[in-house]
Amino acid sequence: MTLTINGKVSDSIRAATVQELLDELKIAPVRVAVEVNLTVVRKAEYGTFPIRDGDVIEIVNFVAGG
Amino acid sequence: MEDKLVIRGIEFRSRLWVGTGKYKDFDETKRAIEASGADVVTVAVRRTNITDRKTENLLDYLDPGKYKILPNTAGCYTVEDALRYSRLAREAGVSDLIKLEVIGDDKTLFPDVIGLLKATEILAKEGFIVLPYTNDDPIMAKRLVDAGASAVMPLAAPIGSGLGIRNPYNMKIIIEQATVPIIVDAGVGTASDVAIAMELGCDAVLLNTAIAGAKDPIAMAEAMKHGVIAGRLAYKAGRIPKKLYATASSPFDGML
Repeated sequence: MTLTINGKVSDSIRAATVQELLDELKIAPVRVAVEVNLTVVRKAEYGTFPIRDGDVIEIVNFVAGG
Repeated sequence: MEDKLVIRGIEFRSRLWVGTGKYKDFDETKRAIEASGADVVTVAVRRTNITDRKTENLLDYLDPGKYKILPNTAGCYTVEDALRYSRLAREAGVSDLIKLEVIGDDKTLFPDVIGLLKATEILAKEGFIVLPYTNDDPIMAKRLVDAGASAVMPLAAPIGSGLGIRNPYNMKIIIEQATVPIIVDAGVGTASDVAIAMELGCDAVLLNTAIAGAKDPIAMAEAMKHGVIAGRLAYKAGRIPKKLYATASSPFDGML
């Protein structure tokens, strides 16, 4: 499966859902937001929202800013 | 008497809000914010570092019970981007607050008010508490409120410029006609600038560079805290009118 995550192409991910993806990347879901193919995924849907070959995924968090 | 700022039912302890950008490190950020007394801190939304999970996060340094996190859409030049960042921010955070920026130009960082108005309208309908960063234009301030803004954040001067309030008369008009809180955002340089903003009657001041860029950010944070308090008290106290000639403060009676 080939995914684009935060602008980088990856073919090592095996996750079937957003939750599994975050687990695999060792990212705690609480402080991030995830977008799959420009759709923001609600936290409640992480366990069911599917990850498919070719998906473009963005994982963001808060950083210092004014 | 209590003099709290309230926006859409959310109570704020402090009328000074601060950004978290441009500090030397997270420890300095934390100490400056503490010294400022602010209870609102702004943050930006950016990609998570997915390769190095040991990278420290700002939020590890800020007690979520102590501070309200206000995400911004800094760096967004289009309505679409501003909407996208806002929606991500809401999902990453815990509230509907958004400091909405639609930037028009990278040299001035002045807002693109046409895009700002559109984005405000859309996000307000989606239930966001929209705080738009706008120009010091009284008509635009009204239009933003009509579009659903919960507060309006006119700039004092360009972001990071330190020029202070360049158009106090416009700011006064914005404040006088306001039906929502007015928060001066960006462009102040020192404590007297924030005192002037508060004396004009604005409800709060949001700043970042003036503290983070000072030689001693912690001391400047404290100065800003006092500037806001002094300005607010002076506004509430009601200053004397300005006039051209003197009025003696000592009596003539009893003079030799």
